[in-house]
Amino acid sequence: MDSFTNLLEGFATALTPTHLALAALGVLLGTAIGVLPGIGPAMAVALLLPVTYGLEPTGAFIMFAGIYYGGMFGGSTTSILLNTPGESAAVVAAIDGNPMARKGRGSQALAAAAIGHFVGGVIGTVLLVLLAPTVAEFAVDIGAPDFFAIMVLAFIAVTSVLGASRVRGFASLLIGLTIGLVGLDEMTGQQRLTFGSLHLADGIDVVVVAVALFAVGESLWVAAHLRRKPASAIPVGRAFLGREDFRRSWKPWLRGPVIGFPFGAIPAGGAEIPTFLSYVTEKRLSQHRDEFGKGAIEGVAGPEATASASAAGTLVSMLTLGLPTTAVAAVMLAAFQQYGIQPGPLLFERESALVWGLIASLFIGLCLLLVLNLPLAPVWAKLLRIPRPYLYAGILFFASVGAYAVNADVFDLLVMFVIGVLGFVMRRYGLPVLPAIIGVILGPAAEQQMRRALQLSDGSLTGLVNTPFSLVVYGIVVVLLLWPLIRRLFRKPSPQPERPKVDA
Amino acid sequence: MHEAVNTVKAVNAVNKPWSRAWLRERSELGVSAVLVGLGVLVLVDAIRIHTDFAQRGPVGPKAVPVVVGVGLLVVAALLARDVLRGGRGEAEGGEDVDLSAPADWRTVLLLCGAFLANAALIGVVGFPISGAILFWGAAYALGSRDFVRDPLLAAGLSVLTFVLFDNLLGVPLPGGPLVGMF
Repeated sequence: MDSFTNLLEGFATALTPTHLALAALGVLLGTAIGVLPGIGPAMAVALLLPVTYGLEPTGAFIMFAGIYYGGMFGGSTTSILLNTPGESAAVVAAIDGNPMARKGRGSQALAAAAIGHFVGGVIGTVLLVLLAPTVAEFAVDIGAPDFFAIMVLAFIAVTSVLGASRVRGFASLLIGLTIGLVGLDEMTGQQRLTFGSLHLADGIDVVVVAVALFAVGESLWVAAHLRRKPASAIPVGRAFLGREDFRRSWKPWLRGPVIGFPFGAIPAGGAEIPTFLSYVTEKRLSQHRDEFGKGAIEGVAGPEATASASAAGTLVSMLTLGLPTTAVAAVMLAAFQQYGIQPGPLLFERESALVWGLIASLFIGLCLLLVLNLPLAPVWAKLLRIPRPYLYAGILFFASVGAYAVNADVFDLLVMFVIGVLGFVMRRYGLPVLPAIIGVILGPAAEQQMRRALQLSDGSLTGLVNTPFSLVVYGIVVVLLLWPLIRRLFRKPSPQPERPKVDA
Repeated sequence: MHEAVNTVKAVNAVNKPWSRAWLRERSELGVSAVLVGLGVLVLVDAIRIHTDFAQRGPVGPKAVPVVVGVGLLVVAALLARDVLRGGRGEAEGGEDVDLSAPADWRTVLLLCGAFLANAALIGVVGFPISGAILFWGAAYALGSRDFVRDPLLAAGLSVLTFVLFDNLLGVPLPGGPLVGMF
């Protein structure tokens, strides 16, 4: 019942005019960004980090969460109408959504996706309300060795589970950790990798790194390979769903969150894997198996509900453990750092109003999104016509504004340029961006926790593994690391079907 | 850990090792070189940290840089091995990315120019002008050639952003000589 009263108070926070307006702004921006090519929710939140200077934290996070959820809704619109997903969570929606649109059933596909996101989001957020306080309560007792173990898990998972190549994942992670090293050592005040520069002594601001890797790197990469004739979207009417379609969709909607929520909460890369699993599950359970790949509505409904539920699961880990499992969560964690707030088990006690206001605003945002997306999908689709030169010029423009605003220092623009070029090279040679960003954000914190743990144990390495919790986490780490060997031992005869891969 | 991401079909046997064509086929070795450089940099910097007086606790400020530096060298070696065995990193796709076309370096360089022009000019002429140059320059680089709409849009966006940051967010951007005149 405690959560319930907290949630009611959260609604009191979220329903103030300012917060309501920010939630609306967040979901509007989020939907637009989900629809727009080239710009995903992580880049959007990174570009908006400067608002943390002017907004109080609750309002800012209400807006960021709105962008996250809105991006999920908008992403499927491009998948369905254009066959090119607006962001990675919506890759699977294209498999059946686009054939539906080509058969003239675009309205039904859009409706199945939008309602799926709504159902998945609501169920996911209810689970967040029920589970997060329990997780936080449990985690209050965990200490430095446990936190270090969780961060090691995040590093290993993000490099091993995601992407096609572990070597390239680790390369990206180490680049991120290196960037995180720059500046004064927090415990001793020693300079590291500053080369005597005063500019570098404060470290490289995480806003600069995030914007550089996501926005500048992406713009340069797109510039090198700009598609001169953007694909044209299939025109559709208003989204609606007939009785037969509804009958086929409601079970996938309810099954999706069961898969999506737990996957969002663990560091396995957010929505990519669970949406794919949901698709496979729906195909197996469907009576219309032959329609899959040619326009089966279950193949849209299930994965989309999964995607939104996984966003809620992501928030559980981010808020209760300070563990970002997706790029958006990583950038939101950076925003917490900007405010000097440490997400983690104590967040629910210390910043109760913020957390519950944020959670309540998620419910409000979902209702707004349903209203925005069901009747207005064709309007959103018009965004796809934006001239690409303006889109990427705008991204570079706001990236520069954001990086400059950090310290009002041209030096930051130059650092951003260098890291942006690095982001370009990483995209060219298939180094995933997410491990780098996780390395930058979690690296310094992980080092502090490790050294604190070793201080307590007086330098003995057993100080890192002297709790049951940390042992369990390291067990998982070992399994992840040895996974290729384990898989070889239990090789399944049927190879997994190839799945389309897109990084947002 | 030898995973070939995108194993290239039987690499042309005609190309001799270390010939130009051979290297172009394996340009990803450059990534290894960058990682080696970074690793050496981190290690050299770590060795130069004095730990004798400032250290609190058994693990000082050196430990993590040493681990990261060694890690960089190891990963560089593994990556080089993977590339020599025919593994290739998969270039990232996207809605607006056409990987079938060769890289368009002219556009990239023009875009870099627009970006650096803003960095060079922001302190001299102020953000409203340098930001407009950045937007117009970037749009031009990417192929927009509307000589009425482009500059108007650039100027509008730049001035609007300046006012928004200055007044609403309380983040001062340099106004430059123009703003001082009003």
